[in-house]
Amino acid sequence: MFYREAGDFKTSYLSDSQTFPIRFDRFRYYAVLAVAFGVIPFLINDYWASAVFVPFLIYAIAAIGLNILTGYCGQVSLGTGGFMAVGAYSVYKLMTAFPDVNILIHVVLAGMITAAVGALFGLPSLRIKGFYLAVATLAAQFFLVWLFNKVPWFYNYSASGQISAPERTLFGVALTGPNTDASVKYLVCLGFVVVLAWVARNLTRGTVGRSWMAIRDMDIAAEIIGVNPLRAKLTAFAVSSFFVGIAGALFFAVYLGAVEVGEAFGIQKSFLILFMVIIGGLGSIFGSFAGAAFLVLLPVLLKNVLVGGLGWPTDLAAHLELMVVGALIIFFLIAEPHGLAQLWRIAKEKLRLWPFPH
Amino acid sequence: MNVMSNDPYTTADGRRIGGVLMEMKNITLRFGGVVAIKDISFDIREGEIRAIIGPNGAGKSSMLNVMSGFYTPTEGEVWFEGCPRPQMRPYQVARQGIARTFQNIALFQGMSTLDNIMTGRITRMNSNLLNQALWWGKAEAEETVHREAVEKIIDFLEIQHIRKTPVGRLPYGLQKRVELGRALAAEPRILLLDEPMAGMNVEEKEDMCRFILDVNDEFGTTIALIEHDMGVVMDLSDRVVVMDYGKKIGDGTPDEVRSNPEVIDAYLGVSHD
Ligand SMILES: Nc1ncnc2c1ncn2[C@@H]1O[C@H](COP(=O)(O)OP(=O)(O)O)[C@@H](O)[C@H]1O
Ligand SMILES: [Mg+2]
Repeated sequence: MFYREAGDFKTSYLSDSQTFPIRFDRFRYYAVLAVAFGVIPFLINDYWASAVFVPFLIYAIAAIGLNILTGYCGQVSLGTGGFMAVGAYSVYKLMTAFPDVNILIHVVLAGMITAAVGALFGLPSLRIKGFYLAVATLAAQFFLVWLFNKVPWFYNYSASGQISAPERTLFGVALTGPNTDASVKYLVCLGFVVVLAWVARNLTRGTVGRSWMAIRDMDIAAEIIGVNPLRAKLTAFAVSSFFVGIAGALFFAVYLGAVEVGEAFGIQKSFLILFMVIIGGLGSIFGSFAGAAFLVLLPVLLKNVLVGGLGWPTDLAAHLELMVVGALIIFFLIAEPHGLAQLWRIAKEKLRLWPFPH
Repeated sequence: MNVMSNDPYTTADGRRIGGVLMEMKNITLRFGGVVAIKDISFDIREGEIRAIIGPNGAGKSSMLNVMSGFYTPTEGEVWFEGCPRPQMRPYQVARQGIARTFQNIALFQGMSTLDNIMTGRITRMNSNLLNQALWWGKAEAEETVHREAVEKIIDFLEIQHIRKTPVGRLPYGLQKRVELGRALAAEPRILLLDEPMAGMNVEEKEDMCRFILDVNDEFGTTIALIEHDMGVVMDLSDRVVVMDYGKKIGDGTPDEVRSNPEVIDAYLGVSHD
């Protein structure tokens, strides 16, 4: 009875289709935002920023991006790491070529470049589906990493073959580079997360979102009722890659500061983000956050408890982590394809009836 | 009444039947060696309910698939509103105002009733991606306008109570009804129904019959439907095409068809299912 929709009547179709139709959810959402913007920035230090908050926020963006493609539009992709690399190298080229333009604009532009590249690699999806599409995106992953390694122009001919982010500022505050404050990194990523999650929500509740889901659920019927499959799939690839590209740009420019492409954006990254989406919940924006939080926190937790608390060797803890993640993936794929988001929904349904179960 | 001339006329129950809306001209459809449709011609007039009947495997669904642009006929032409239809993708055919339901329910299982029916309006929505991303300008207004239209359909089909239910959870009969709603949402010029009452109990069939008649009556929608239940066909339709083994063996009013000896031989006399 704490959580209810009774008495929460909608008087217009617009308020019925709003993001958080139940008042209690709306309050909780505002509370989370208030804490995220008003409290955490004052408490955060380098450890919490780099171990938990910044990667969580960036992975959440990437997971939302992949969820749009896979969870909403039903197109499997194993190229997420490669598309993050496109975002990272785009922002690097932009920030070194146009140092006077604001870095935030570069990040958005990097997202747009990645969107174009993603749409290009999405072209095969018009012909092939499922497993074969997954293999095609896997090819994109390897091709992109190879490309950024092979062509020196992308890393400005640096001797190490790495790219590193020079300092860029906004109102005199460093947003990138070694002197960036932990709270600033956090706030930049948080700003992107909030805006992008809102955009994702808007897209998925409107026409384009319905055309994605129609293609996912039954592509032939979708086309016969008027969904243009070319348009639906390519917009899904483009929008998804836009998110993933911004995540890659932030991962490089704000979070790590310097990256080697194979290490930062290899196939493991593609799988990590796919696992976030599966564990969090396919076709759910909230699930993307839940999955990202889960897979960012799990290693931190295991490390602190097993290594720090119980004195286990580090490699043993790392192996255990792999086993836990593997078991969870299997569990969610078989038992609950809608992931943590669905478990949360079920819990809420129970809570709505509690303490009267019938 | 003289249904064989092309002049508009008014039916006994007061509905107006206009000129020819869609015409199938010498349609042949082959799948490799299988000839699913053999040189069939017939027309559908504005405002009428046209039934296609015939035993299983006669080629009825194939004919509907040709009409909705899902199959391209091997030979022959589909004429719509007085013009031959050029080679088109199915979604372009949908945009011309042709909507349909499927013999095996083809709803979007992961979406709610409301979203399924809203998707049916996609041919009428055109706000751009940026507007939708920012939920701004046209996107928001469009959503409201179309939601109102969809709510009317939901009221019409009496499915208010399942508005937010994922369609996968609905019983079969209701799913069929939602699928009709999705097709109606397009406000089509012509509605193609592939066995809308198959697998329903008597009560559900009666409801579905009523909806089909009401759609035709209230919205003036032209309907072509495939149905097995002869009683239903005779009650509902203005004219009937009879198919057997890919060929047309009869065409006319229910009474004419019923007294056609070839039809009696091929279909009515022998029970195929
Ligand atoms: N996609 C297809 N490929 C091959 N044969 C098909 C295909 N669709 C239909 N057929 C064949 O065409 C014939 C007519 O089928 P159909 O139109 O489904 O009949 P009906 O709807 O009258 O029961 C059948 O012999 C069927 O096997
Ligand atoms: Mg059939």
